[in-house]
Amino acid sequence: MKYVDEFRSGEVAQALSRRIAAEADPQRRYHFMEFCGGHTHAISRYGIAELLPANLRMIHGPGCPVCVLPIGRIDQAIALALERGVVLCTYGDVMRVPASESLSLMRAKARGADIRMVYSAADALKLARENPEREVVFLAIGFETTTPPTALVIRQAQAEATPNFSVLCNHVLTPSAITHILESPEVRQYGTVPIDGFVGPAHVSIVIGAQPYEHFAQEYRKPVVIAGFEPLDVMQAIWMLVRQVNEGRAEVENEFSRAVTREGNLAAQAVVSQVFELRSSFEWRGLGEVPYSALKIRPAFERFDAEKRFGLVYRSVPDHKQCECGAILRGVKRPTDCKLFGTVCTPETPMGSCMVSSEGACAAHYTYGRFRDIPVVAA
Amino acid sequence: MCLALPARIVELQTADQAVVELGGVRKSISVALTPEARVGDYVIVHVGHAIGLLDAEEAEKTLALFAEMAAAERAA
Repeated sequence: MKYVDEFRSGEVAQALSRRIAAEADPQRRYHFMEFCGGHTHAISRYGIAELLPANLRMIHGPGCPVCVLPIGRIDQAIALALERGVVLCTYGDVMRVPASESLSLMRAKARGADIRMVYSAADALKLARENPEREVVFLAIGFETTTPPTALVIRQAQAEATPNFSVLCNHVLTPSAITHILESPEVRQYGTVPIDGFVGPAHVSIVIGAQPYEHFAQEYRKPVVIAGFEPLDVMQAIWMLVRQVNEGRAEVENEFSRAVTREGNLAAQAVVSQVFELRSSFEWRGLGEVPYSALKIRPAFERFDAEKRFGLVYRSVPDHKQCECGAILRGVKRPTDCKLFGTVCTPETPMGSCMVSSEGACAAHYTYGRFRDIPVVAA
Repeated sequence: MCLALPARIVELQTADQAVVELGGVRKSISVALTPEARVGDYVIVHVGHAIGLLDAEEAEKTLALFAEMAAAERAA
């Protein structure tokens, strides 16, 4: 595939690996957070961790929308499907997220709920058109990448005056989550999560542009390098971060220049701001309530807002007591620090959200990295 | 979740719909978010929508840098 395969060359990866090793100062340690689950996945899948020097550590960030969706939000969707008899549509990634009472959307479906997996928000609107006698609700989740398609479908429903379609909006914002991490006591006060820089989002940045990160670089003195999701993109970004740290710079650099501009996609930003406005607060799994970190549907489009249409009230539900997803999402713990990891919690039967999505830190480590932890012994 | 792939536009159907090709597979997607996209352009496709255009020139620059690096390694 053009523009994909070229960015996966093993030979170039080896060359980049040697450059990073040559330029990393052996006297110091480097800690970089990759915000996105897409980068976490690439680092595990392509064995990038093995290509980095011992004094350079990657910390997994909370940029996996399935992982940060709290139990209470899934409960809302399940209740709509089981108790109110709606056709609930959502992206495949959300189906196995654990909810209250050992349920998930998948298990609710087994109990008879009408839950459908869709590829696109437009498919959910199509279902509403084809089933005029049923209420169709689209459970919308995702960061800024996924928000514009949801905004388009709401605008389309308004134009067509679709009476039986609504959206349960759970769209969240990347910059507020990064601010929250930088302001967290682990980073600011105790220094238990040292962060020397960020590998910045790939596809989120196509939409919002490079400009929103300039604040972090200036205000918190943290370098940010926006990178694509292919392995060479990630390696080059790490190399650029090492250089910034060595030279004492804290700038926003763009490795993913083939798709990201400073301004981002203005057409996408316009439709998002037409349809959505900020929520004053939103609960994230792992991070708790984060101010101004999510979107809700504007009053002009409220007839398509499932929260209003069905009078939903949000109820926060704590995670499984021994699940460490919260600490893992904040970069405080690693998957292997969790007692449940790989024992009762596996991708087949996930207990916590980080084991659900392939971009979750636990699922990525379970799938590609867990054998690294076992020392190789000669027979 | 943010999975997206670059695909080439082979046909513009309406103002908002286009057919893209990726590795031999053709699919109809929405180009409502990339009104400037034309046939032959590569767009980044995410959940059935083109969310941005791929700048071929910038891609070549990055690849040229990689090629240079690999060549320098081979010479060393």
